[in-house]
Amino acid sequence: MNRLYQYLDNFGAILLAVIWVAPLLFAFWAAFHTTSDAVNFNLTSSWTLDNFRIAWEGAPWLKYFRNTFVLVTVVLIGQFIITTLAGFAFAQVNFPGKDLVFILVLLQLFILPEVLIVENYAMVSRLGLFDSVLGVGMPYMASAFGIFLMRQAFKSVPIELHEAARIEGCSWFGILLKVYVPLAKPTYLAYALVSVSTHWNNFLWPLIVTNSEDTRPLTVGLSIFGAPENGVDISIISAATLMSIAPLLITFLIFQRQFVQAFLRTGIK
Amino acid sequence: MRKPANLEHRRQAIYGWLLLSPAALLLTFFAFYPSLATLWSSLFSRGTRRKPSEFVGSENYLDLMQDPTFWLVVKNNLLYAGITIPVSIFFALAMALWANSKISARGFVRTAYFTPTVLPMIAAANLWLFFYTPGFGVLDQIGALFGLPSVNWLGQPETALWAVIIVTIWKEAGFFMIFYLAALQTIPTDLKEAADIEGASRWTYTTRIVLPLLMPTTLFIMVNALINSVKLIDHLFILTKGGPSDASKLILYYIWEMAFAFFDAPHAAALTILVLLALGIVAAIQFFYMEKRTHYQ
Amino acid sequence: MSFTKHLAVVLSGALSLALPAKAETELTMYYPIAVGGSLTTVVDGIVAGFEAANPDIKVNAIYSGNYDDTRVRALSALNSGEPAQLAVMFSIDAYDLIEQDLVVPFDDVVSSDAEKAWLSGFYPALMANGTIEGKTWGVPFQRSTIVAYYNKDMFRAAGLDPEKAPTTWDELISMGKTLTKDGTHGLMIPSTGYPYWMFQALAIQNGKELMAGDGLTTYFDDPKVVDTLEFWKSLSTEHGIMPTGTVEWGTLRQAFLEGQTAMMWHSTGNLTAVKKNASFDFGVAMLPGNERLGSPTGGGNFYLFKDTSDAEKAAALKLIKYMTAPEQAAAWSIATGYMGVSQAAYETEALKAYTASFPPALVARNQLQHAVAEFSTFETARVRDGLNNAIQSALTGAKSPADALGDAQAAAKRLLKAYQ
Repeated sequence: MNRLYQYLDNFGAILLAVIWVAPLLFAFWAAFHTTSDAVNFNLTSSWTLDNFRIAWEGAPWLKYFRNTFVLVTVVLIGQFIITTLAGFAFAQVNFPGKDLVFILVLLQLFILPEVLIVENYAMVSRLGLFDSVLGVGMPYMASAFGIFLMRQAFKSVPIELHEAARIEGCSWFGILLKVYVPLAKPTYLAYALVSVSTHWNNFLWPLIVTNSEDTRPLTVGLSIFGAPENGVDISIISAATLMSIAPLLITFLIFQRQFVQAFLRTGIK
Repeated sequence: MRKPANLEHRRQAIYGWLLLSPAALLLTFFAFYPSLATLWSSLFSRGTRRKPSEFVGSENYLDLMQDPTFWLVVKNNLLYAGITIPVSIFFALAMALWANSKISARGFVRTAYFTPTVLPMIAAANLWLFFYTPGFGVLDQIGALFGLPSVNWLGQPETALWAVIIVTIWKEAGFFMIFYLAALQTIPTDLKEAADIEGASRWTYTTRIVLPLLMPTTLFIMVNALINSVKLIDHLFILTKGGPSDASKLILYYIWEMAFAFFDAPHAAALTILVLLALGIVAAIQFFYMEKRTHYQ
Repeated sequence: MSFTKHLAVVLSGALSLALPAKAETELTMYYPIAVGGSLTTVVDGIVAGFEAANPDIKVNAIYSGNYDDTRVRALSALNSGEPAQLAVMFSIDAYDLIEQDLVVPFDDVVSSDAEKAWLSGFYPALMANGTIEGKTWGVPFQRSTIVAYYNKDMFRAAGLDPEKAPTTWDELISMGKTLTKDGTHGLMIPSTGYPYWMFQALAIQNGKELMAGDGLTTYFDDPKVVDTLEFWKSLSTEHGIMPTGTVEWGTLRQAFLEGQTAMMWHSTGNLTAVKKNASFDFGVAMLPGNERLGSPTGGGNFYLFKDTSDAEKAAALKLIKYMTAPEQAAAWSIATGYMGVSQAAYETEALKAYTASFPPALVARNQLQHAVAEFSTFETARVRDGLNNAIQSALTGAKSPADALGDAQAAAKRLLKAYQ
C-alpha cells in the first residue's frame, strides 16, 4: 500500500511540475523556430536564431538591462540604509511615540505605492524626479517589510555584545555598524534576494514614471515591444521574453538554494 | 539621580528620531501625504478648458456608484480574489508537502514550482498568450487532439477573467509554497514518529496534525494573497486590457485607466480612496488577530 | 534603411548650405511604431538626415509603444513639466488634446507662402480628423485605411477568379460561403483591439456616419447603424463565413498567413509584413460596399504642443515638414505599408517604381476617395470604449445589437452632455 502511495506521490508531483514549467518550455520551443513551424509543431523543423536577432534589433535591450540593473541596485542600497537605521531605532532605542510610529510604518504594508499611483506620480514630478532612476526607486526605499525584518534581526542580537561595545566607548552609530550589522548579514542577504527579485520584475510604477529609453527597465520595454498595433508574432515575442528573463532565471537556477533559503528565511519572520 | 536619567532619555529620543528620519521622510512623501492628497483631490471636479476644477464634495463618489463599470470591476476583483486565494493556497500546500517529502525528483520539482515566481508578470503574460491564442494556441491545439472546438479564451467575456485568474495562480502558488516549506521544516519530526507509532494513516497525520500547525502560515499567506489580488494586474496589459466589455477589468487597472488613459484624475482618486478603505479594514482585522495571537502565545 | 540614409545624405548636402548658424534648439518627439520592432532604426535614420541638414537643431526621437502608450507618455511628460515639442499620436485624439489645451493649430505657426502650400498639399481625406473648428491641428504622418487581404490560391481552388475580390456585401457573402470549408473560414473581421474602426467601415458602407463632424453627437442607435451590427453578426451566425464570438486583432495576420481564413480585413499598415511572410499568392482590394464604398482612415498625425517657445515651435515645424516631405513620405510608405501622405509622395521615383512592381501598395491610396474621418469625439477614449463594448456584446450574443447600441448611445450622450 505504501508503495502505491509512493508511486502516486511521485507521479502527482512530477505531473504538476511538468504542467508548471510547460509555458516556459513552449516559449522556448517557439523562440527557436519560425512562427509557422512553431504553431504547427513541426517537431523535425530546423532550429533558428532569427527570432532572437529580430527581437534583439527591435529594442535597445542592453540599455533596458542596464537600467533594470541600476534600478535594483539603487533601490537595494536605499533600502539597506533606511531599514537598518529605522530597524535599529525600533529594536534598541527607547523614544517617545515608538509604538505609535511603528504602527504607522506597518500601515505602509497596505498603502501600496501602486494604489497611490496618481498622487505619487504628481509627487515625483514635483520633486523633479520624473523619468529618473531615483523617481522609480524612492517610493520603495522605506520598505515596511524591510524595517520589520531588520527590527527582528537586531532584536535577536545578545544585549551583552551591545553593552561590551558601549563600555569600549563606541557611539550609537559605531555600535550599530560594528556589532549589529555584521551579525545580521544572513538577513541582509535574504532581504537582498527578495528585494532584487521583486524590483527586477516591477512593472506598473516604472511604466508610469519612466519615459525615455535611458531609464526604461526590462519589464516596461518588454510590454512596449509586445504591443504593436498590427499584430503579435508569437515567435519573436517568445524570443524577446526569453531574452529578458534569462538573466534572473539563470541566476536563480544557479543559486537556487540561496534563493529558496532567502525566501524561507524572510517567510519565517 | 534624576538628571542623568533625563539626559539619557532625551539622548535616546533624539537618536531614535534621527535614525528614523529618512524612513519617516520617505513614508511621508510617498505614503501618507499622497493618501491625504488623493482624498483631497477626490473632492474636486476635473478641470477642462471650458470649466475649471471646483469643489464638488462627494459627487465623484456618487458618480462611481452610478457607473455600471465600477460595479462590474468590483465584482470582477472579488471573484478574482475569491478564486486565486484559495486555489493558490491549495496548490502551494500540495507543492510544499510534495517538495518536503521523500519523492525522487525533489530538486527538479521544487525548482519547477518556484520558477514562475522569479519571472515578471509581463513575461508570464507573454508566455501564456501563446497558450490562449485561438486556433493555433497551445490550449486549442491540445483540445483539437480531443476533438474539442477552438475557444477564444481571451476574447470572450465568459472566459477572459478565468484565463487571467489561471495566470495569477500559476505565478503565485510557488511563492506561497515557500512559506509553507518554511513552516513544515519547523514541525518536529518526533510528531510524525509519534503518529506512526499510534498507527495513524498519512491522511490522518496530514489533516489532523500538520494542517492545524500550518494555520498561522495559512493566515499569513492569505493576507499576502489578498494584497496581491489588488496589486497583480500587470498581465491585463498584455492579455486583455480589461476586456472584452470590461469582463476582466480589475480595480487597479481601472484606476490606471481613468487616471492615465481617460485623464479623469478625480474619479481615479475616489476609487483609490475606496480601495484604501478596504485595505485598511483588512489591516485592522489582521492586527486584531495578531493581538489575540500574541496574547495566546 | 540604407536607401533612406542615401536620400538623407543627398538632401542634407543640398540643404546644409542654406541655413545660418544659430544657438542649438532641442526637440523631444514621442512617436509610436505601429508595426513593431526595427522601424525605430528607420525613424532614427530620417532624424539623422534632418539633424545633418539642420545643425542647430537636435532631436530626441523617443519610441513609446503603441498609440495609447504614446499618448499616455507624451501627456505624462507634459504634465510633469518635462519638455516635449511634438509627437505622433492618434489622429482621433485631437478633440481631447484641444480640450486639455495642450496643442496649437498649425495655422498659428505656419507663416510663409511656401509653408501654407505645404499644409494644403496633403490628401484632403487625411486632413479630415485633424481639422476642427476650422483650423488644422494635426498633420498626417503614418496613415492608413482598412483594406481587404485575400488568398488568391484559395480563390483559385474554390473556382473563383483570383483577380476579383468581392465588391458588394452580397458578393462578400456568396464568395465567402464558397470559400468556407472545413477548418477554413471565408472571412475574418477583427473585433478586438479596434472593433469600432471596422464597424465604422461597415456603417459607412451602409450609408451612415457614426458621429457628427463637431465631435458632440453620436448616432449609435440609428436604424442603419443597428442594421450594420446585425449584418456583422449575421456573417457568423447566419451565413457561417466568419467564426462566432470575437476575432482576435493581434493574431489575425498570423491566422491569415496560416491559411485559417481566405479573406481578412485589416490595416494597410500590415502590408509589408504580409508581403514578407506570405507563402501563398495574395491580393489586396478595396472593401466592398453596400450603399456606397467606404472605409475610415486610420493612423497617426503630428501634433505641436502648446507649452513651448516660438523658436521650438519653428524648429518642430521644420522637422515635421521634413518628415512629411515627398521623399521621406515615400521611403516611410515603402518600409511600412502606410500610405504616402501627399500626391507628391506618389510622384517620386521611388514610390512610382515600388507601386509599379507591387500594385497592392496603391489600394489604400485609391480608397481615399471613398474614405471618411476616423471615429472621434470629445471624451473619445470613453465613448469609443462604450462602442467597442457594444460591438463585442452583440457579436458574442450577450446583448442584441439594438440593446447594445442603445446602451452605448445613452452612455455617449451622458459623456458628451458636458461639452454641448
